[in-house]
Amino acid sequence: MTWDISKIDEWKSDEFPRGAVIPDSGNSRDYVTGGWRSQRPVRDDAKCTQCLFCWIYCPDSSVNVADEKVTDFNLNHCKGCGVCAQVCPADAITMVPEGCELPEVK
Amino acid sequence: MPTQKTLAVTGNTLVAEAIRQCSPDVIPAYPITPQTTVVEELAKFVANGRMHAEYVNVESEHSAMSAAVGASAAGARVATATSSQGLALMWEELHIAAGLRLPIVMFNANRALAAPINIHCDHSDVMGARDTGWIILFAETAQEAYDNTIMSFRIAEHPEVLLPVMTTADGFITTHSIDRAQIMDDETVAAFVGDYEPENALLDFGKPVTHGSFAGLGGPYFEFKNSQRMAIERARDVVKSVGAEWSAITGRPFGMVETWGMEDAETAIVVIGSTAGNARHVARGLRAEGKKVGVVKVRCFRPFPYAELAAALKGVKAVAVMDRSESFGAEGGPLFLEVRSALYDLDERIPVVDYIYGLGGADVKIELIDRVFADLSDIASGTAAPSGLVYLGAR
Ligand code: SF4
Ligand code: SF4
Repeated sequence: MTWDISKIDEWKSDEFPRGAVIPDSGNSRDYVTGGWRSQRPVRDDAKCTQCLFCWIYCPDSSVNVADEKVTDFNLNHCKGCGVCAQVCPADAITMVPEGCELPEVK
Repeated sequence: MPTQKTLAVTGNTLVAEAIRQCSPDVIPAYPITPQTTVVEELAKFVANGRMHAEYVNVESEHSAMSAAVGASAAGARVATATSSQGLALMWEELHIAAGLRLPIVMFNANRALAAPINIHCDHSDVMGARDTGWIILFAETAQEAYDNTIMSFRIAEHPEVLLPVMTTADGFITTHSIDRAQIMDDETVAAFVGDYEPENALLDFGKPVTHGSFAGLGGPYFEFKNSQRMAIERARDVVKSVGAEWSAITGRPFGMVETWGMEDAETAIVVIGSTAGNARHVARGLRAEGKKVGVVKVRCFRPFPYAELAAALKGVKAVAVMDRSESFGAEGGPLFLEVRSALYDLDERIPVVDYIYGLGGADVKIELIDRVFADLSDIASGTAAPSGLVYLGAR
């Protein structure tokens, strides 16, 4: 089943699933939770040794990896906690003040 | 063919039998006076193989209701029982059970809350839970406690409702006194209650779901509460129809509001629970003297039957509400607040006086009820003005 929440802002009270049940799995990635981040991680590819510490430590699974290499950060869910920058042994991650718009994901 | 047996039993024994007959899958429970014999019986039923439930010994009532919430979300039919401080300790989970729309059935042995420490009857525990979103039923007798408990499963699990139900009886007075009552055969109860088919069971691996999600700022929390209100409003008709159905099988009446002598009553007492019997006893005596008195008993407190109550009291000259719990600082006890609000929609303006009585098991003597009817008679005839709140019989 695919739970279509594209019209959730228009739902009437009795159209929501009873008891706030989420009647489907795997849809937390559709829920944008990075909106209150005040700083974002920026990775310097030249310094990065691809040790993957940041990927292991990120409490929000927001470090994207492809072919065993860090590619970028999932800014829909990254909270800007700075853990990745703290653990990076190569000082490859800098936290920069936030000021961007989050892409709209529905 | 429904077969009933007449027994001499305590309310707690019958409630335990009712729960056994409704076959819950999980019973997480913690003993507390005067509920203890209910959970002792249930544990015995499970140990002796008379009941195939998972009996969970928990370390507190907070855990009992937490386990009930988890088991119900998992898809089980869940029953538990508590009283007083135990119910108070469950407070946060009571809201969660209702908000998650889990049809848990819980028996409460109505008892006072500390301080001072007291183990006897009043309605402070239940009334403290009246805004948690649970459907709440009160019983006058062991028989009513039995009937209400069986009906509770049907009401809770009704697809139009899906809310938890608290079925209650007065501590010691109803839970521990031996009463004459009828018990239905197991098959008839099983057929009446039916199987519970959960729609969003956590244990249904073919259909993964999440219970207990977040609906914070900007989310639809407000809409969820509105849908909860809609559900308890729909429960009015469900309570009545389930009551009527069980009534047809047992031959015993059920009403959200039950009346005695109200056809032509000039004064009336509104009361909940075991004291209704005392009130009718006194009213019968007064009727024999030609006095037009009546008694209105509220059997379903949530949803509150305001229309039925107004219909029952229409035309009377003075009403006394008997509250066995406090709402400190309010104009009266919880029942008074409901009753006077229900009467507001009538054209006539009926004087209503609130009597707080029987807290912590304080004796409800016949003379006290005599006094209430005497006060009402003075108010109705215009010889006395309605008083403010009265602590009936307090020194
Ligand atoms: S800032 Fe925190 S949340 Fe964002 S990617 Fe780094 S560790 Fe993850
Ligand atoms: S922790 Fe630093 S060096 Fe290691 S993969 Fe992440 S950014 Fe690269």
